[in-house]
Amino acid sequence: MKIKQISIFLENRKGRLFDVCSLLGKHNINIRALNVAETESFGILRIVVNNPDDAVKKLAEAGFTANITDVIAVEVPDKPGGLAGILKVLNDEDVNVEYMYGFVEKATDKALMVFRFDNADRATAVLKKHDIRIAGEKEIKEL
Amino acid sequence: MIWNEKFECAKPAELKQVQSDRLKKLVSCVYNNCKVMKDKFDKAGVKPDSVKSIDDIVRLSFTTKIDMRDNYPYGLFCTDQKEVKEIHVSSGTTGNPTLVGYTTDDLKLWSEVMARCLACAGAEPGDTVQNAYGYGLFTGGLGVHYGALEMGLRIIPMSSGQTARQLKIMQDFAPKIITCTPSYALYMAEEARDMGIDPKNGNWKIGVFGAEPWTEKMRGEIEAAWNMLATDIYGLSEIIGPGVAQECPNKNGLHIFSDVFYPEIIDPDSGQAVKEGQDGELVITTLTKQAIPLIRYRTRDIVSINYEKCRCGRTSPRISKIKGRTDDMIVVRGINVFPSQIEHVLLGIEGTEPHYQIVVDRQQHQLDEVEVLVEVNSKIFSDEVKKLEELKRKIHKEISAVLSISAKITLVEPKTIERSMGKAKRVVDKRQM
Repeated sequence: MKIKQISIFLENRKGRLFDVCSLLGKHNINIRALNVAETESFGILRIVVNNPDDAVKKLAEAGFTANITDVIAVEVPDKPGGLAGILKVLNDEDVNVEYMYGFVEKATDKALMVFRFDNADRATAVLKKHDIRIAGEKEIKEL
Repeated sequence: MIWNEKFECAKPAELKQVQSDRLKKLVSCVYNNCKVMKDKFDKAGVKPDSVKSIDDIVRLSFTTKIDMRDNYPYGLFCTDQKEVKEIHVSSGTTGNPTLVGYTTDDLKLWSEVMARCLACAGAEPGDTVQNAYGYGLFTGGLGVHYGALEMGLRIIPMSSGQTARQLKIMQDFAPKIITCTPSYALYMAEEARDMGIDPKNGNWKIGVFGAEPWTEKMRGEIEAAWNMLATDIYGLSEIIGPGVAQECPNKNGLHIFSDVFYPEIIDPDSGQAVKEGQDGELVITTLTKQAIPLIRYRTRDIVSINYEKCRCGRTSPRISKIKGRTDDMIVVRGINVFPSQIEHVLLGIEGTEPHYQIVVDRQQHQLDEVEVLVEVNSKIFSDEVKKLEELKRKIHKEISAVLSISAKITLVEPKTIERSMGKAKRVVDKRQM
């Protein structure tokens, strides 16, 4: 139940984030979740959108370096300690999280978070074993 | 003083006779002792005994850096390795470096021509020289050292770098002569002033500056900063190292020691000689070298030549300062850099060849800085910061290993590197010299 994240390489220059967002907006692509990792000289924009294949195509046409990465959308109880509970499971099972970030909207009373694991398949198995719900691509599209 | 009047002030006809005799000997030696060269002669249909005078040199094939690379390490040697007493290695365009070897007589030749250079600049036996060219595989340090020994100078073998120590030593021993790259001379002067030392205080008379191109403007700055005469020295490791040509105090061209390094100036495209005084590529034949004698070696340096007798009394022709290159080599901190070397590193890293650009800059009175811009394509891109940072580190490390230069690596977006006629511009040189 992996979903597709688009990662985009951006130089630390004024207006680059705007360029990406306006391009996606122009093509009617909706951003569901977003995260920026920044360094001194460059940044990586990570987004989950309703139509990832189309988005990558449009980005590449516009000259951006954009790759698809498999991530997992995990339902997190929206209450104090909700995220900690999930991280404890992963920690106990020795699953390594590369990075994570939240979705803009939520479908239910549970928050939805994007997890990038070093081993997505093993992470999925661990989450399933502990009855932690994972959202699929279709669900993301309908958010 | 003139170190070797017999050759440096020879009458043109006498010089020509010496050159002709030496060329005949050289051609037969090369033909009989080096398979690669013999094949070259045979392919061109030239028999060694058909070379009767120096004028016949034009019938011989050129030697290039590619020949040196392709026949690495020993293919161009004309002597047994047992006769080789020293080797030096400099940068090649890609892959193999350039190897140079010296027999005992070659080392004597090197000492002789470097002594001629130091004397030509104005040194006298007994003077103290602070030699701040790098010692080691780079030919600069040891070449100057051998010449200074030959001349009877007192040598401070500083090597390059360690600026604070250089400044301390020069205050303590008051040398008359400094030898280093011209940009390092300016850098040291700036550092001295920052430390409250006036570089003009001292016993300075002469600077022998080379290993990189420099301008008359830089000469003026160096002379003002150090209160010394700043002279230009020329050389390349393939020929001997430093010691090929040197300016006298008239600063009107570099005397090339044509009794041992025979110069021709050619049109780089046609290979034909240009008219006297016109710019062209300098081609050198090492008339007396033993280990790796080179016939018509294409230096890729653009100069002009003047055969008039100089006011200093020397008849050895004078080449101009280097006016450019016929290839894309750049010189950074005295080190020769070919864009192809960087290309090679990038190709080796991810099996992909991203677009790149080398930006060389020099702030006023500072040392050269190199930045390599690498376009991030989807093959080398990762969604993880640590992987991209690791890629940067890896490129940095490998470029440092190949070039001996620490370059700043900057990852940039695709298509940000300027392309002209579909071809990317590989080098941007912003240096104000």
